Amino acid sequence: MKALPPDHAHPTPRGGTPEFPSASTNPCKLCTPLGACLAFKGIAGTVPLLHGSQGCATYIRRYLISHFREPVDIASSNFSEDSAVFGGRRNLHHALDNVGRQYHPDLVGVATTCLSETMGENMPMLLGEYHRESAADGLARPPTVHVSTPSYKGTHAEGFNDTVRALVESLALPPRAGLNAPTPPALLPGMVSPADLRHLRDFAAAWQSPVTLVPDYSETLDGGTWSDYERMPTGGTTVTDLRALGRAAVAIECGLVLAGAKATAGTHLARRCEVPLHRLGLPIGLRQTDALSDVFADLTGRPTPLRLAHERARLVDAYVDAHKYLSGRKAIVYGEEDLVASLAIFLAEIGIVPVLCAAGGRSGRLEKAILTNAPELANRIEVREGSDFADIEERITALKPDLLIGSSKGYKLARALDVPLVRCGFPVHDRLGAQRIQLLGYAGTQQLFDRIVNALLEAKQAHSEIGYSYL
Amino acid sequence: MPASTDIAILPDRAASIVEAGSAGGPVKCGKGSVAGSVSQRACVFCGSRVVLYPITDALHIVHGPIGCAAYTWDIRGAQSSGPQLFRNAFSTDLQELDVIYGGEQKLEHALLDLIAQHGPKAAFVYSTCIVGLIGDDVKAICKRVAAATNIPVLSVASEGFKGTKKDGYRAACEAVQHLVGTGDTSDIGPHSINLMGDFNIAGESWVIRDYFERIGIQVVATITGDGRVDAIRRCHGAKLNLVQCSGSMTHLAKSMEQDYGVPFKRVSFFGIEDMAAALYETARFFDSPELLDKARALVAEEVAKIMPQLSAWRADLNGRKAAVYVGGAFKAFSLVRALRTIGMTTAVVGTQTGDAEDYDQLREMCDPGTIIVDDSNPLELAKFCLAQDVDLFIGGVKERPIAYKLGIGFCDHNHERKECLAGFVGMLNFAREVHATVTSPVWNYVPRRAGAAHLELEEARS
Repeated sequence: MKALPPDHAHPTPRGGTPEFPSASTNPCKLCTPLGACLAFKGIAGTVPLLHGSQGCATYIRRYLISHFREPVDIASSNFSEDSAVFGGRRNLHHALDNVGRQYHPDLVGVATTCLSETMGENMPMLLGEYHRESAADGLARPPTVHVSTPSYKGTHAEGFNDTVRALVESLALPPRAGLNAPTPPALLPGMVSPADLRHLRDFAAAWQSPVTLVPDYSETLDGGTWSDYERMPTGGTTVTDLRALGRAAVAIECGLVLAGAKATAGTHLARRCEVPLHRLGLPIGLRQTDALSDVFADLTGRPTPLRLAHERARLVDAYVDAHKYLSGRKAIVYGEEDLVASLAIFLAEIGIVPVLCAAGGRSGRLEKAILTNAPELANRIEVREGSDFADIEERITALKPDLLIGSSKGYKLARALDVPLVRCGFPVHDRLGAQRIQLLGYAGTQQLFDRIVNALLEAKQAHSEIGYSYL
Repeated sequence: MPASTDIAILPDRAASIVEAGSAGGPVKCGKGSVAGSVSQRACVFCGSRVVLYPITDALHIVHGPIGCAAYTWDIRGAQSSGPQLFRNAFSTDLQELDVIYGGEQKLEHALLDLIAQHGPKAAFVYSTCIVGLIGDDVKAICKRVAAATNIPVLSVASEGFKGTKKDGYRAACEAVQHLVGTGDTSDIGPHSINLMGDFNIAGESWVIRDYFERIGIQVVATITGDGRVDAIRRCHGAKLNLVQCSGSMTHLAKSMEQDYGVPFKRVSFFGIEDMAAALYETARFFDSPELLDKARALVAEEVAKIMPQLSAWRADLNGRKAAVYVGGAFKAFSLVRALRTIGMTTAVVGTQTGDAEDYDQLREMCDPGTIIVDDSNPLELAKFCLAQDVDLFIGGVKERPIAYKLGIGFCDHNHERKECLAGFVGMLNFAREVHATVTSPVWNYVPRRAGAAHLELEEARS
């Protein structure tokens, strides 16, 4: 089946027409400003500020809190009817003042919601005025980075990527004469868990290479308990790190669907700062993690570090131990496009067929991303963009999957089908430990692999009349 | 000195914070939140969605971009004894071109499709910010689709920026009003009520309904917990409306009084005192000694069932302090009383939507020194909790990490919870949860208490 073309030409089996696709029933995506807030949470000392109605900030906070189980303070310029009519200048300036007063941030990440976007708020002008007026009054104000995130254009994952791009575009400085000592490789991992961010740092450290993760919410969204309220939890990529990105030895941007996008943080670094760019998948499974290893091997001139070689060997060993339980099993994979693509490629290498790969996004690049990297899946899978859970449900009886892999939002389907759900992606809010779900690297794949095998074994035991107590 | 004492209260917020027992002006409230203050409040859409969501056999479609529907997909703990349609998230999922050319046709097609597919008893169409801005004529579409499908299709004017959550309550009531008065009332008896402003979180409406039915009172409609369109259509035949969540439903109760002569009473079903008072007041309203006797017998029976356990927990909880930050003031009043029942005091209390009278009442009922706050934010709440050294925080999902990060027990009393906290059985559940969190050994290891525990140990050793 062909990937669906983007946006309006979305044929749907539920009675819609190409001109008027059916409504969305139980969405398989969230809105762009959520991704923006998450990315901003990975920058040290940063407060996200949504320019628009109060509800956007509150709903997004509520959702991020349920997943990460950490405080997520997001300010709002809190539009009223007046601001919607006359513009949000006063609200924006007032909000920036108040955020400065209470949080003393190093940076304010400003994202525009569908309301302010449609009103056509001139953000460069409004922010410029604010900084000029503050300077004239002798007031020190934190820098601001603006990202345009109308929620009717794209998904939370695109909001995330656009924000990473906006941060890099606003802050990374091209090398200049006298200031061109190379800085650590820039690793742009995409929307992954705090545990995966920590693992990526360890992965690089195994090659004796430091790395700048952008963003890095490994501590800000998975920290310890406090003796006092931390206005902005410690951790995150610093503004100084971001400024130095233009001199990075190399940039590694994860996400196979993202890799087809024209303008990303990575392409900016490559074009404006001549940083060599590697566009890879999320390192899930052997093939995609090997690709990341190759980059580090080239960069450092070292052979694979023993620790990683051992992790890889153990993973292959596990693949072998479990292959009979997996061979020919069928999975439905859903969620953010880049996650779906990389999961599908990983599943292919362990013998599970991702019979349906569904994403809420509509990049038009998902199918190609999967099949280019896992050509063995050709003609064996359906790839659906612009999907929702009603869409997935429609195909489920025919596909008879053995398991579902994706966010908590698939729980209802998994329950109705009586098949296991292996939780990953965003949101996972019906289990503890979403922050610590690991997928990346040989070690992360190992965790995911064991969870998948054990979920299938557990389902088999649950449905067994006898209840075998060993394999 | 803890850094929290350095947290500055924003100048615009100062008048929204008072102390019980101290002089000072009225609590500034009922206004839009201060820009940049990280308010815990949501928006007009949220208010409408909360109120109407539990109507189980209606189609609820959000006209707007995906976020508003996605964030409200089945997040409530409301239960249904039958239809499950309400637990889906339907949205027109507006795209850029719809915003440019208008979303009217898309909405109309979506409604026709979804109504044909799901056969709902009615449909509610929620307008989001963007719809208010691009000016889709949602009312006209609702009218057309209603004519074509022969079910009520009701537009809910819930554009996020058009006021506060309270304005969303009002928009929800106005939508429901179109259903009221359209059903058959012939079999409704003289001792009949509607339960309004209970949302059947974890089956609470069922518990309350059972109490009233046991003393001989007919419950015509539960609005909106486990709500049915047909029940709402005939609810004007009831002789009395009991309004629990006063903020959300008073508007509907008032209009029913005006249009159909059905009087209303504000009650609360949380805590022993308030639950008993609601039963007695209702019995007295119907002026029936028999009803009152039955109510007394029911209260005695139910209280006797839970008292031994409550007393045991009370012994552990005596003198502990709580912070309360909830949506509505009536819930806050009930919680202050319920906490007293289990030996605890309230050191901080605030709401998202209280009015001046509510805050006057809180000032009166709380111990001197209690911090009272309207439309608070995380920094203020953290500051107050630390300053008052509370052992428990009662709030919703957004408040939970504030409490946990600081090593404070927490009890969810919002719409997301899955625990029945209403009625006598609810009081038992509430006390169990409070006891479980406050007396948990984990607090010995959090930084805030670990230091103190260490000192105590040292003292005991020396």
